Amino acid sequence: MTPARLSLAQPVPDEATPYHTEPATVRLRGQHLRLGYGDRVICPQLDVRIPDGSFTVIVGPNGCGKSTLLRSLCRLITPQAGQVYLDGKQIRDYPARTVAQQLGLLPQSATAPDGISVLDLVSRGRYPHQSLLRQWSPQDEIAVQTAMQATGVADLAGRAVDELSGGQRQRVWVAMALAQETPLLLLDEPTTYLDIAHQIELLELFRHLNRHNGRTLIAVLHDLNHACRYATHLIAMREGRIVAEGAPGKVVTADMVQQVFGLPCLVMADPVSHTPMVIPRGKVHMA
Amino acid sequence: MRKTPLPTALPAANRLAWLVLCLGLLSVLTLLSLTLGAKSISLAIVADSLFGPGQHPDAIIITEGRLPRTLLGLLAGAALGLSGAIIQALTRNPLADPGILGVNAGASFAVVLGAGVFGITSAAGYLAFAFVGALATTLLVYLVGAYGTARLEPMRFVLAGVAISAVMMGFASSITLLNPWAFDRVRFWSAGSLDVRDLDLVLQVAPALLLGIVIALLLARPLNVLGMGEDLAVSLGSRPRLIHATAVLAITLLCGASTAIAGPIGFVGLMIPHIARWMVGTDQRWIMACTLLLAPVLLLASDIIGRLLVPGELRVSIVTAFVGAPVLIWLARRAQLSGSRT
Ligand SMILES: Nc1ncnc2c1ncn2[C@@H]1O[C@H](COP(=O)(O)OP(=O)(O)OP(=O)(O)O)[C@@H](O)[C@H]1O
Ligand SMILES: [Mg+2]
Repeated sequence: MTPARLSLAQPVPDEATPYHTEPATVRLRGQHLRLGYGDRVICPQLDVRIPDGSFTVIVGPNGCGKSTLLRSLCRLITPQAGQVYLDGKQIRDYPARTVAQQLGLLPQSATAPDGISVLDLVSRGRYPHQSLLRQWSPQDEIAVQTAMQATGVADLAGRAVDELSGGQRQRVWVAMALAQETPLLLLDEPTTYLDIAHQIELLELFRHLNRHNGRTLIAVLHDLNHACRYATHLIAMREGRIVAEGAPGKVVTADMVQQVFGLPCLVMADPVSHTPMVIPRGKVHMA
Repeated sequence: MRKTPLPTALPAANRLAWLVLCLGLLSVLTLLSLTLGAKSISLAIVADSLFGPGQHPDAIIITEGRLPRTLLGLLAGAALGLSGAIIQALTRNPLADPGILGVNAGASFAVVLGAGVFGITSAAGYLAFAFVGALATTLLVYLVGAYGTARLEPMRFVLAGVAISAVMMGFASSITLLNPWAFDRVRFWSAGSLDVRDLDLVLQVAPALLLGIVIALLLARPLNVLGMGEDLAVSLGSRPRLIHATAVLAITLLCGASTAIAGPIGFVGLMIPHIARWMVGTDQRWIMACTLLLAPVLLLASDIIGRLLVPGELRVSIVTAFVGAPVLIWLARRAQLSGSRT
């Protein structure tokens, strides 16, 4: 099955996306990628471009290769074929620290060292900005405190990470990734474990960072309505391929959701944000 | 979002207090190690024989016996402790021991080979054989453990270390069984003692030990990041393979050199980093600093106890085992209580 791409258009400008009034430049892209583990190929052939200054959201069913794609973009896995480029140069040709100053990652699952405190964990995000001779600077201090304030974990600073609730811990990891202060940030399911209020709070924070700090964010989200509301650029994947990409308002249709998730649904305008809103048709409720 | 005042970081002061305490203990034990023994010698005479004319008849006990012994206690203690801290950080296992890389087995095998096959008799000769043996074995374990995997898995090193150690020990036993004279020499070496009675021998291994200590301290920050898991380590700009290789090099230098001169001494590398973690927390920089000071304390204390306890002197490796075993049991119980995250 080779699903046709529904749209390759650049995200359309609307009042929510001041950064896309002209064709976006691309700092990070993958070309002719074949990704997999050992003999197992997950993504046979993939081209992906992350518009600079965008809040790109990747959606798709479990196991379709979203994390695999993110991991290849930040050189955690080496593509079996094809290349990842950062600013036009192959990412593997840069020194490790240079990339780490440009590109950060929040992995889907991470384990904190035993007994580490929240403050210590968030501080470790500053590693790429430090060296043997420059151990801890006022900038590091500001970055760490700002990140902790922004994610609402400042009052947990002295607590041990392994004694936090799942949602608190998730916000600590986000704080760690934010403290790295990279212009490009990959987030693998940043809102898992969070209650609805914290999900929205975090997504609003990402939008703020995207619009006002000019950060390019690439996030995997499972909630399509959140994706539609916050993404400036949406990438829908299925079975290791990109099925559709573009502005959510253009690409999210009932057909697309059916094609990607195999889920019959209704797409309406979100009464608050006027972005597409996906309403699944459960079997029971079907007319 | 919510604005709350940051709680002031208290632990830094606590950590510093622990370090000062360790430093104090270390100073006291260094002095005790020079003065106490079969014959107790006053501090005045110690100072005189080290820095003054050294006319006193006891001066020779100090310069030939206790000075090399104390110096070795300081260096080997630091070496064993730091290599333990490294291996525990690397494997993310708080109960890992540097011996799992096969250092002891390799050194023993080489000494047996030297005595039994090449007829080596000099202490310097054993030293060289033991060091090369430790080096070669660790390298072998590393290569076997790292062979053919994209990701480095500490468990593979452990398995490779256990397997290769077993083979080496088997070879060593066969040689000693066939050659009783070698057995006698090796039994002496493998008992583990600081009583070298030769400052030159200590000075021969000192460069390797000091280099190892410097590398270990430089590794503290990278090991911190590696502790977050390989994915985050990479995305934070560190290079796990380079860290692994450097860490193995440091362990080899530290354990190889100290085992070569003092014989196998257990428990220090296992126990001290663990206690250090309990004192100063999870930051490897603090753990390393604390271990650097505290490990020689244990080794010197065990050595002094061994000197005083029985007339013929109990060997330091035996005393550390006596001290170490109860602590190990206590640690194991504590790990269970805290939900056994190992
Ligand atoms: N380390 C690995 N070794 C082998 N196969 C793997 C590995 N990691 C993932 N896979 C496989 O690759 C496929 C894609 O996994 P991936 O983690 O990219 O999915 P995903 O889209 O992120 O899914 P989810 O929404 O559940 O996080 C899955 O079939 C998975 O089993
Ligand atoms: Mg995933």
